[in-house]
Amino acid sequence: MKQKTHPLHPDISEDMWGKIDKIIASGKGIPGSLISVLRESQEVVGYLPSELINHISHGLVLPTSQVFGVATFYSFFSLTPKGRHTIRVCTGTACYVKGIKEAIGRIHGTYGIKEGETTEDRKFSLEGVRCLGACGLAPVMIVDKDIYGQVTSDKVINILEKYE
Amino acid sequence: MNKIRTQLMLCGGTGCDSTGSEKVRQALVREIERQGLADEVEIVVTGCNGFCAVGPVMVVQPEGIFYQKIQPEDAPELVEEHFLKGRPVKRLFYKEPASKDIIPRMDDIPFFASQMFRAMRNKGLIDPEVIDEYIARDGYFALAKALNEMTPDNIIEEMMASGLRGRGGAGFPAGMKWKFAKQAEGDKKFVLCNADEGDPGAFMDRSLLESDPHAILEGMTIAAKAINAHKGYIYCRSEYPLAIKRLGIAIAQAKDYGLLGEDILGSGFNFDIEVYQGAGAFVCGEETALMRSIEGKRGMPRPRPPFPAHKGLWEKPTILNNVETLVNVPQIILKGGEWYASVGTEKSKGTKVFALSGDVANIGLVEIPMGTTLRTLVYDIGGGVPNKRKFKAVQLGGPSGGCVPEEYLDTPIDYEEIVKVGAIMGSGGAIVMDNHTCMVDMARYFMDFIQDESCGKCTPCREGTKQMLEILEAICKGKGQSGDIERLETLAHVIRRTSLCGLGQTAPNPVLSTLRYFRDEYEAHIEEKRCPAKICPDLVKFEVDPELCKRCGLCHKGCPADAIIWKKKQVAVIDKEKCIKCMSCYARCPFDAIF
Ligand SMILES: Cc1cc2nc3c(=O)[nH]c(=O)nc-3n(C[C@H](O)[C@H](O)[C@H](O)COP(=O)(O)O)c2cc1C
Ligand code: SF4
Ligand code: SF4
Ligand code: SF4
Ligand code: FES
Ligand code: FES
Repeated sequence: MKQKTHPLHPDISEDMWGKIDKIIASGKGIPGSLISVLRESQEVVGYLPSELINHISHGLVLPTSQVFGVATFYSFFSLTPKGRHTIRVCTGTACYVKGIKEAIGRIHGTYGIKEGETTEDRKFSLEGVRCLGACGLAPVMIVDKDIYGQVTSDKVINILEKYE
Repeated sequence: MNKIRTQLMLCGGTGCDSTGSEKVRQALVREIERQGLADEVEIVVTGCNGFCAVGPVMVVQPEGIFYQKIQPEDAPELVEEHFLKGRPVKRLFYKEPASKDIIPRMDDIPFFASQMFRAMRNKGLIDPEVIDEYIARDGYFALAKALNEMTPDNIIEEMMASGLRGRGGAGFPAGMKWKFAKQAEGDKKFVLCNADEGDPGAFMDRSLLESDPHAILEGMTIAAKAINAHKGYIYCRSEYPLAIKRLGIAIAQAKDYGLLGEDILGSGFNFDIEVYQGAGAFVCGEETALMRSIEGKRGMPRPRPPFPAHKGLWEKPTILNNVETLVNVPQIILKGGEWYASVGTEKSKGTKVFALSGDVANIGLVEIPMGTTLRTLVYDIGGGVPNKRKFKAVQLGGPSGGCVPEEYLDTPIDYEEIVKVGAIMGSGGAIVMDNHTCMVDMARYFMDFIQDESCGKCTPCREGTKQMLEILEAICKGKGQSGDIERLETLAHVIRRTSLCGLGQTAPNPVLSTLRYFRDEYEAHIEEKRCPAKICPDLVKFEVDPELCKRCGLCHKGCPADAIIWKKKQVAVIDKEKCIKCMSCYARCPFDAIF
């Protein structure tokens, strides 16, 4: 089934819809493809607005409730818009023992955001993740795709200031 | 003509990558060309070397000289002095923290000296993106043997003889699991690799995936032959992009060489592997949840039996093994089960990889024979606790595990022995904690983790862990009441007995183990409203003891709220109005002057 019309959404351009339809087409009829379709779609848009979730459930011919159920179950998926940069602080045990709390406190103090929040100007989103597997460098923070190890509370703001 | 005389094994693992090894590589390449050594000196980008904390690291072969913390600026000196003139650069050698001895060769560094590499046999020695390098280290020889010379029963016999137990946590004998799946009836069967590594503080699977991906493919294919499966999945968490990339490359190369796919090595056996990306849920590491997740659903566990060996992925017989378990398979097939079992204790054979981290001098990956004591791990290899602080406990087994205090450090590493002291082997995370750790806060931390990650399907785990967390939070806030400890114990036992999956069943362990060894800390919090480690913000006064203060100003420098008034040669004073209780000054003060 080819879908001709796309729902209007301020964060999803026609170009993005085109990409999303390709992603859906490649996952259609393949058992277990839902999670990868959601992931790739989220990569295109940055998050999963409900219109997008509806569109995916039509495209894959799956009940909307199942698609919502999956999207809300996994922490990787976000149903709300994200900032231009995503700060992911590791809250795993090694990082906790090594003082990630201080760095988080510093981010909170400077940008006013807690875990799960986005700054008002949509510059940064702050997320906590449970171990990035780089515990040797604890405490660890990732901004977009850049990994920073041994982030003391002093260093953290210097690092973030580099992002526009 | 190319006459390579020196190979530079530069670590390109995630740790070193983030400390700049790619820039170092570029600088070295430039310099090697400039000095006209391109025909003689070759750079090999390897996976994690294991000693991530001193990265970027590089080992110069054949001499085995170990360089640490290399910066791009060091390239000219390294190339000119060492590779041109043959005079290794001392300033980049490893320096033993305690004795300050300089140790040039990797094998002489205490961190490496007591290790035995089996699972990590190829670490730092091959380029994981080049299949020929794996083959040159006997890679895929075991597969050839398994496919052409062995029956499924032979394979399973070797696995049983090896005594290899699953390295993902529970320690179930791998051979036994395979045997059940082989016996199960089914038109289709599956082999899965658990590369979810949800345990916080563990990174050995990641390192193996990044440094030796073919070993996993080979292990899985041998398992497939043993149970007659033709399709496999590697369930890898999406937080591991480098691992996913390297697995993809490895799969493509193996197919290209006829080592995966149709008619492998002309044996008529077919097996295909796909990488499946997880989406961030700790519970998906549990076997039945993992299978549901691959089916594209919410990763919720289901009751067992039926066991996955009978009804697993899409209701078909399935085996799931951990990364480290699978990596051991090729060598067991090649060298025999007896060989593998020649190391270890009576019931725990072979070696185990630990991710050593926390308050310990040498942080990194360590592979040691089973039966080695925890003391050797923490002190001889780990170098003990730095910053003149004291050892308090080593946490093993993550959220399902427990803490081992000083007096039990002579416990040998063995599945059963570790359980006796209140922890578990788990996947091998070993987090050392010093006297600046509050054990009640640690218990609260793990309960928070579990509460966050519980899938919510069954009540004891969903509601019970919530109650435990609330009690622990109250205690840390100074609102603990008498009877709290008993309430925690009662809840713990109920949750343990009645939860559906391993997550709930083991969730109370960190609380029970800290209660066992550090009950006095709980009591101090509840009865005296005091946190002996001075970690719980509500129980700390945030004042400076003028007697102890050495006026160094370190606290002032690190205060994000400008709440510390300090001038040279003056005692620091904390402005309680401005203070946001971030604890940064407390962690910094070298003289424990803040209370
Ligand atoms: C909550 C929970 C999380 C788990 N997470 C992992 C994991 O991340 N990696 C892993 O290999 N095993 C994990 N396990 C254990 C697996 O369920 C399973 O026992 C293991 O992968 C089997 O492989 P093995 O026999 O080779 O150890 C987890 C178990 C539970 C209960
Ligand atoms: S024990 Fe916890 S994680 Fe496991 S099924 Fe029950 S609620 Fe889910
Ligand atoms: S706790 Fe944090 S905010 Fe308060 S004085 Fe110390 S460093 Fe400053
Ligand atoms: S860090 Fe400690 S010793 Fe140094 S000025 Fe602050 S309170 Fe005093
Ligand atoms: S605990 Fe932070 S990276 Fe592992
Ligand atoms: S990443 Fe380089 S040593 Fe671990």
